[in-house]
Amino acid sequence: MNSGINVAKVRSIGAAYVAEARISQMMKWKGIIAIVAIGNPLFYLIAIGIGVGVLVNQNSGTSGTGGVEYITFIAPALLAAAALTGAMDEVMFPVLEGFKWRKLFFAMNSTPLTGTQIATGVFMAAMLRVAFTVFCYWALLVAFGVFSISQSWDVVPITMFAAGAFAAVILGITAKVTKEDFFMTILGRLVIMPMFLFSGTFFPLESMPTFLQPIGWVSPLWHATELGRHFSYGYSISGLMILFHFAYLSLLLIAGLLLANRAFTARLAK
Amino acid sequence: MSESLISARGLTKKYGDFTAVNAIDFDVAKGESFGLLGPNGAGKSTTMRIIAATSQRTAGTISILGRDPEEHGPQIRAHLGVVPQQDNLDGELTVTENLFIYGRYFGLSKKFIRAKIEELLEFAQLEEKRNVKVDALSGGMKRRLTIARALVSEPDILMLDEPTTGLDPQARHILWDRLFRLKETGVTLVLTTHFMDEAEQLCDRLVVMDNGKIMAEGSPLELIKVYSTKEVLEVRFGSERNKEVAPILRGMCDRIEELPDRILMYVEDGEALLEEIIAKKLHPTTSLVRRSSLEDVFLRLTGRSLIE
Repeated sequence: MNSGINVAKVRSIGAAYVAEARISQMMKWKGIIAIVAIGNPLFYLIAIGIGVGVLVNQNSGTSGTGGVEYITFIAPALLAAAALTGAMDEVMFPVLEGFKWRKLFFAMNSTPLTGTQIATGVFMAAMLRVAFTVFCYWALLVAFGVFSISQSWDVVPITMFAAGAFAAVILGITAKVTKEDFFMTILGRLVIMPMFLFSGTFFPLESMPTFLQPIGWVSPLWHATELGRHFSYGYSISGLMILFHFAYLSLLLIAGLLLANRAFTARLAK
Repeated sequence: MSESLISARGLTKKYGDFTAVNAIDFDVAKGESFGLLGPNGAGKSTTMRIIAATSQRTAGTISILGRDPEEHGPQIRAHLGVVPQQDNLDGELTVTENLFIYGRYFGLSKKFIRAKIEELLEFAQLEEKRNVKVDALSGGMKRRLTIARALVSEPDILMLDEPTTGLDPQARHILWDRLFRLKETGVTLVLTTHFMDEAEQLCDRLVVMDNGKIMAEGSPLELIKVYSTKEVLEVRFGSERNKEVAPILRGMCDRIEELPDRILMYVEDGEALLEEIIAKKLHPTTSLVRRSSLEDVFLRLTGRSLIE
């Protein structure tokens, strides 16, 4: 019997070993991760700030965006969208790879690691990637003068939190997926795309017809955007609404992690 | 029997209405090389997953290293080395990265793993490939790496599910050699296979499985002794004439098996029987006298061939 094996240690920090493995994998893509993290905000800032923004400001001034420049208005939303989609990529692909493509999770589960630890580790590593993405985005917004550091720094953890909530849900759902082509098509076209368009990203949610507004209410992106606007440039919402946004995102986070925990454990034990 | 590392009684696994493993009993002793032989779908892999403390049984009892896997999965898995049927290596990482990461999952120190990696690279004959991405390795190399990975924690039991399926003969012999060396060092091996030659090469004792049940148990030699004859005479008369000749042959020995392309005759002395057949002017187009193998045992027990 190998005396160097430490089951108690794996029991307490096993998820960190999984995260460590995920980070080793991510490091193989570090160039692309960096290009996406910097290129994505850069393109949006140029396109919206210089292109669309000028058009909006010329035609309607700042009346439609609550008294701020268009770029300031949409910056928290773009930041949140980048965080959410980045988080999604970082859980969805590893989970499909882990259960289906390379079956890495089954290898992990042949060791003292449990399904819950594997799910948690994947989530932890995704959050690290999200932290990097959000920080780069925010730093560029600050560099471009869209945000001020002192007023907007708390947007970073808040956006990360929202991305975490979304990632948890995707983690749980993806763990149950067997037909990934179908799943990815549906998710991309019928969930992500409408979420991006109808979450008050490019215009206030209230300016949409009432029957379309519920899309925003269930969308984590809308909640993230509302919080982001409030904490980055002082967009005015009531304390109760702030609480509601946090409560909704917390609910997603908890439900997603619980679902992931169950789905991972069940699928590995088959 | 010496100390029993694995002990199963009435072990059963059902998936809905389908019974994959049907009330089987077996024991594996320390240092033994134990095989599960059977065709695809016999329940071997399911049994392996239960022993590996990943899949839970539906009924019966099983003790692995003195513990119940239902309650002590992680503690049991800490002392097993698992080689699954399909290599589940991380293709984007290098050979050493794969070994390192896996070692971490056992809570082993970085220092221990680094030293172990050197030993394993030599064992798996992968020293020159240490910094190569796994996706670029050949099938045989990947298989050896998967085995090396399973050994990183110095397991008490090494479990191999179809270790050489899909490999070319040369890669297969290299692997057998490596596994034989492990066996010599006293590692307990549990393996499944549907290749009789593999079972004969590697197993001290085996069970023959079919439809979730154990049909027979013993050493390869014992099984052959009990369920077959010393020699087998294989004769072919052409697919048309086989049917015609079979009744005549049936009267010449205790047992024959008619396969689509040939007839197997079970006897103690194959050459003598062949001479008899020729004396009767039956003139087979080809003939072969060979020793009985586990394939014959399987045919006798199930009426079917191992690889279908």
